[in-house]
Amino acid sequence: MSTPTETHAHATVTSHAKVKRSTRSSWAGLGIAVPVVLFMAAAPYIIDRGFQQQLVTLFSLVVLATMWNLLAGYGGMVSVGQQAYIGIGAYGLVYLADTLGLDPFLAVPLSVIIAGLLSIPISFLAFRLVGGYFAIGTWVIAEVVKQITMQVDALGAGIGLSLTSLNELSPGRRIAYVYWLSLAAVVIAVAVTYFLMRSRLGLGFTAIRDDQVAASSLGVRVTHSKRFVFVVSAMGCALAGGMIAANTLRITPDSIYSVNFSAFMIFMVIIGGIGTIEGPIVGAIVFFALQEWLSDLGTWYLIIIGVLAIVITLFLPRGLWGLISGNGRIRLFPVGYRLVNPIERFGRHPD
Amino acid sequence: MQWLNAIIQGILLGGLYALLAAGLSLMFGVMRIVNLAHGVLAMLAAYLGVVFVNNLGLPWFLALVIVVPIMAAVGYVLQWGLFNRAISKGGLAPLLVAFGLAVVLTQLLQQIFSADSRSIQIGALGTSSIQVSDTIYIGWFPLMTFVVGVLVIAGVQVFLNRAPLGRAMRATSDDPETVNLMGINNRQVYALATALAMATVGLAGMFIGTKTQFIPTYGDLVLIFAFEAVIIGGLGSLWGTLVGGIILGVAQTVGSQINPSYGLLVGNLVFLAILAFRPQGLLPKAVTT
Repeated sequence: MSTPTETHAHATVTSHAKVKRSTRSSWAGLGIAVPVVLFMAAAPYIIDRGFQQQLVTLFSLVVLATMWNLLAGYGGMVSVGQQAYIGIGAYGLVYLADTLGLDPFLAVPLSVIIAGLLSIPISFLAFRLVGGYFAIGTWVIAEVVKQITMQVDALGAGIGLSLTSLNELSPGRRIAYVYWLSLAAVVIAVAVTYFLMRSRLGLGFTAIRDDQVAASSLGVRVTHSKRFVFVVSAMGCALAGGMIAANTLRITPDSIYSVNFSAFMIFMVIIGGIGTIEGPIVGAIVFFALQEWLSDLGTWYLIIIGVLAIVITLFLPRGLWGLISGNGRIRLFPVGYRLVNPIERFGRHPD
Repeated sequence: MQWLNAIIQGILLGGLYALLAAGLSLMFGVMRIVNLAHGVLAMLAAYLGVVFVNNLGLPWFLALVIVVPIMAAVGYVLQWGLFNRAISKGGLAPLLVAFGLAVVLTQLLQQIFSADSRSIQIGALGTSSIQVSDTIYIGWFPLMTFVVGVLVIAGVQVFLNRAPLGRAMRATSDDPETVNLMGINNRQVYALATALAMATVGLAGMFIGTKTQFIPTYGDLVLIFAFEAVIIGGLGSLWGTLVGGIILGVAQTVGSQINPSYGLLVGNLVFLAILAFRPQGLLPKAVTT
């Protein structure tokens, strides 16, 4: 039982408490992100073509990691089949641009939309499974998409396709355009994730993560929210697929539908830190650096990165970003709500 | 007649898939882990078979007797070293650790044995068969595989139902905390369950490694086949897994009969059709948890 005085004191405290979303570090984050993106946008005037192409690879990894994190880190869905959409995005670009003669830079968003539309019926199949069986189920679906692609002669069957319509541009322009497209893709992927997770949907996902049944009973539309994120993630992966095809100019079913993409995505997100926006970006950069650094070692790089991912899962579940940010004290992209009480705000109790 | 032949060969293949799936089903049943490294662990067993039979010249059956306990030991160590830790972390950790293990082990096998395809030699038993009619032959080896698959499914079922350790596994599956209060170490039960699952994977790896030319990444297909057999049959039902394996096997051989490149696709499509129209599987467990 509380005495009237205590109740009064409690009321005073709550009247001074405020819910904050942005933090000092998040304004700093914006202050860093905008100049970095502007600087990156100027890169084609500064760095050579080979380096631009490498950066496009890095950008595609950032998009993939961000999309896998959206699915698993926020939606709790571990997919091993996102390569289905990478392939659809890549094949979509080459088919629409080369065979149907569309502008390649229009073909990319179109194939992203196609991937999104296809992911809706696919989600109804995949959502019949949960947890680990969902993971293998998405993998089977990706295999089916690959096997169907290999039966279609217009898509090059088992041999694959080359993207030729970009050759109308001079190599310097082509690479710069693809670079800008890819940089824009990174900004879009991160921004979409950020605003989705700050929205009502993000709040719903926090509730689902804590207790799915309770969230559902409070009116969170669990399946609906998950399906929405599944479709967004598919579209993001298709965008990355378009970037990969535009960067390498050659796609084969075995390479573009490779389950290794899923391995990369999972490792990047685990290493960087699952369930944050910054983590996948950090993970992608670390993964890319390791890949470059260990490239002389052949397949050993994937072994080293895999062992690292297992160790991080077991001993550092918040990943490298958790380490850097002091377990979430620094937030460059805050999506949650923080209760700031008067003591914290004024440094001492107002009474 | 060739269609009948395809169906018969598919049924025999289904025995192999059921054998592959038994361990996956067992690990999920006892500790709710979907072991994404299941397929590549079968490949590990197959490569052990290559080493013992092809390189060291041991008889096939002696190699089988050696590989199965080795795989059981591997399972025991994996559970204590990795999966028990991952289970205690909760959330997505067990799944992510299993996936990491699958990738690492696949690459290690690639590094050690290269990506050249191998096959375990078995000599005359591999090619001898019984002639049923003018066009239908039943190979001794596929028949033996089928019988072993059925025996393993039946053995695991009886073990879980009757043996004291099997009862402990079912109890641990129902409530790992309460089981601890009853004087059973749930982590030790998990380790023994994984050891048993890996023993069946050892068997499966020997049989599939003898039947097929394989490379390290063939483990991906093994995992997918095992998974499809489990889901078609219905989660939690071992006899269902046998039925699921047979349906998958028949779908693949009939698909290949239509067009040699359709085998895998038809198998996958049958799986997706079951998922769409009968998601609980054909023989679901009466009481689901």
